[in-house]
Amino acid sequence: MEFMKYTFDVEKDDFVRAGEASSNIKRTLRELGIDSAIVRRIAIATYEAEMNIVIHSVGGQVELEIDPNSIKVTARDRGPGIPNIELAMQEGYSTASEKVREMGFGAGMGLPNMKKCTDRFTVESVYGEGTTITMEILLKAGD
Amino acid sequence: MIQNVNKLEMKYMVMKYTNGRAQTMKLCEIKDILKAEVLCGDEFLENEVSYAFGSDLMSDVLAYVKGRTILLTGLINSQVIRTAEMADLTAIVFVRGKRPENDIVNLAKQNNMILFTTKDSMYTASGKLFCNGLEGINLD
Repeated sequence: MEFMKYTFDVEKDDFVRAGEASSNIKRTLRELGIDSAIVRRIAIATYEAEMNIVIHSVGGQVELEIDPNSIKVTARDRGPGIPNIELAMQEGYSTASEKVREMGFGAGMGLPNMKKCTDRFTVESVYGEGTTITMEILLKAGD
Repeated sequence: MIQNVNKLEMKYMVMKYTNGRAQTMKLCEIKDILKAEVLCGDEFLENEVSYAFGSDLMSDVLAYVKGRTILLTGLINSQVIRTAEMADLTAIVFVRGKRPENDIVNLAKQNNMILFTTKDSMYTASGKLFCNGLEGINLD
């Protein structure tokens, strides 16, 4: 498998298209013949990250990078950033609006679930500038 | 009530003699038990599921549900279909007679899903399926 990179734009508050980037990423991985359990883990983590961009940010991008050793997803937004990452990582903590909660999100499970689904997970955020979430699943021979 | 207890006892006897493996249930049986209407995916009625999960919280579905599970929900927005897609779920029951818009049904069709709607509430629909031997997921 060669090195491959795909980038998808994600718009704020676009709840109709929300999930399209993750859907494209899932399809791409499936077509490459990646193990279905790994595809599922990446799809869930990516979708959580994509929903976070739609719900909490002013917009951003989701990037998929594939090489023979790993699958890496980077979710990058243009702000506003997370004031307290430690608090945001706590299960159940959420700043989501009532509208978002009515759609079944905003339970404060997103970041912990992304961490659970992936082998490497980092959140970098500068309040006033933006957030970058990096998630990686390591591949073994045969995946 | 007595009838229900007997059904539950029967279920646990079956569990015991199948070494704790969950019973599977055909989607056409679920359709009959819930007197449900199929909104799309008739061709999948012979498929089977091993578990059911009822929730209006998509975050919980993403965090806990995997494989061969039917989702019962009162939400009818496109994120329900996206959530199911990501979690590899292919069967959804909308409770309380709820009916999603056509574009949402089309999104489900594109993902080879079967959608049902039942007049039962979440509690009633879940209870009926449980009494007939369909288990909840293992939370561990």
